[in-house]
Amino acid sequence: MLISIRKTARLLCCAVLTVGVLGLTVSTATAQEVAAPVTEAATSDAGPTAADVAFMVNNLWMMLAAALVFIMHLGFASLESGLCRSKNTVNILFKNSLIPGIGIITYAICGFNLMYPGFEEGSKSFFGFAGFNITTDAAGVTSAYNPGYTYWTDFLFQAMFAATAATIVSGAVAERIKLSSFLVFSTIFVAISYPITGSWKWGYGWLNDLGFYDFAGSTLVHSVGGWGALAGIILLGARKGKYGPDGKVRPIPGHSMPLATIGVFLLWLGWFGFNGGSVLSADPGLVSLTLVTTSLAASAGALGAMITSWAFLKKPDLSMVLNGILAGLVGITAGADQMAMWSSLAIGFIAGVIVVFSVLFFDKIRIDDPVGALSVHLVCGIWGTLAVGLFGAKAGGAQFMSQLIGVASIGAFTFIFAFVLFLIIKAIMGLRVSEEEELEGLDLGEHSMEAYPDFVAKSES
Amino acid sequence: MKKIEAIIKPFKLEEVKDALADLGIEGMTVSEVKGFGRQKGHTEIYRGSEYTVDFLPKIKLEVVLADSLIEQATSAILKAAKTGKIGDGKVFVMPVEEAIRIRTEETGDKAV
Repeated sequence: MLISIRKTARLLCCAVLTVGVLGLTVSTATAQEVAAPVTEAATSDAGPTAADVAFMVNNLWMMLAAALVFIMHLGFASLESGLCRSKNTVNILFKNSLIPGIGIITYAICGFNLMYPGFEEGSKSFFGFAGFNITTDAAGVTSAYNPGYTYWTDFLFQAMFAATAATIVSGAVAERIKLSSFLVFSTIFVAISYPITGSWKWGYGWLNDLGFYDFAGSTLVHSVGGWGALAGIILLGARKGKYGPDGKVRPIPGHSMPLATIGVFLLWLGWFGFNGGSVLSADPGLVSLTLVTTSLAASAGALGAMITSWAFLKKPDLSMVLNGILAGLVGITAGADQMAMWSSLAIGFIAGVIVVFSVLFFDKIRIDDPVGALSVHLVCGIWGTLAVGLFGAKAGGAQFMSQLIGVASIGAFTFIFAFVLFLIIKAIMGLRVSEEEELEGLDLGEHSMEAYPDFVAKSES
Repeated sequence: MKKIEAIIKPFKLEEVKDALADLGIEGMTVSEVKGFGRQKGHTEIYRGSEYTVDFLPKIKLEVVLADSLIEQATSAILKAAKTGKIGDGKVFVMPVEEAIRIRTEETGDKAV
């Protein structure tokens, strides 16, 4: 034990020194060279090899990336509660507090093994399952498993992604869905639907063989969440008071723009891990490029939404600009490692324009989405995925067709799965709170609790 | 004893309070209220849809004074709260039958 601690300390020292002095240690070339197992080198007394150091730095970045994706859940919690009314704040925060847990537990029990069942490349597989457990042998924590990360890092990073897909639904169905029904939906959705469609691409399934490209999950994560949300909204209907007797849209302003803004900034921060970690190593060139394209697209998304809302809605709307930033981020996610400056800006800007019209469109067709989750995650997820066929290194007709097939097949599977699941839940336990509860707020109805208990407390003893 | 109830613009509260303090008035109660008069509401926009906010935020200031102070106090409030634009608010003066300080149980002018 002591020896291994010393060895780890020595390795860490070397890692810091080497990275500091050379700054070049973990180049792409090195990362590829270490594909061969390094267990032999590690047990000898010759000290850590460059490959050992590369593996440690890679793994460290991937763990940090997992932590950044985790912070996105705080971002979603803040954004969603800010864009809803104060009487539903506890309920939204409650859902957002449960989702990371649901995501991580279900991913450990079955999700990870559904998403990465070990398809052989070229096997065009649709479904596989590697068992109800996460466990690994000694090789799983060395570069023999992967030069970029250990088995455990792999699991945690991917589990954070799974939870993200579930959290997208929560905002869209907010202020009217029954808590219990939502929790049941999320659990089954993230345990089964998300990993199956994920395996089609990231698990080396049939879409991967087809050439479909989704770098960090514009479709696999964001659109999947969006399709689930759409199914939920269709079956739930709009919030009471959203449409007047004449059918006109009656806006229901969110209760805290500061909270929503904090949420968006946290999401942007988290996206550095979401996209930057999707390089799956600490490759200096690719990771830094990805962080730049990610930020360029977010910035252009803000700009696009600002110009569009100013020009078409009379005033620059903060809630639209916040959605615009997220739209840019979702848009670039599919091709964040493939784009140069102008393509990143174009993808982000177009996403920022799309998101404003999309919000207006969904409002008009009576699809009531309090936080704009459909416009951000579904619509811009589709846009970003298709954009890989239009911009950047992979642009081309064949690629565009593959992207289209990926969007359509994952969309169809997820929407049908979510719709049927919501129907079953509706039949068994109901989907929507009573009208009385909705008017009074879900905080009191579901939790007997207030987010802002603002007057003298009464003692009940 | 009389009570002055003044509805004023929120950003005028500080000036009104100082003006009353200059007269030696030692206490008052304020509340954040909403309402409308001739000013009516204003329109806001959220995600592309306009809507009217009928009730505008105002401050309601209540102060109970001995009869001798009422005229000075009302004119101080009028002077401090005025912007000359619509929506400046109103001042009401009404009689008060009795006032009691809870701690000492003093009554009448001594209690206010």
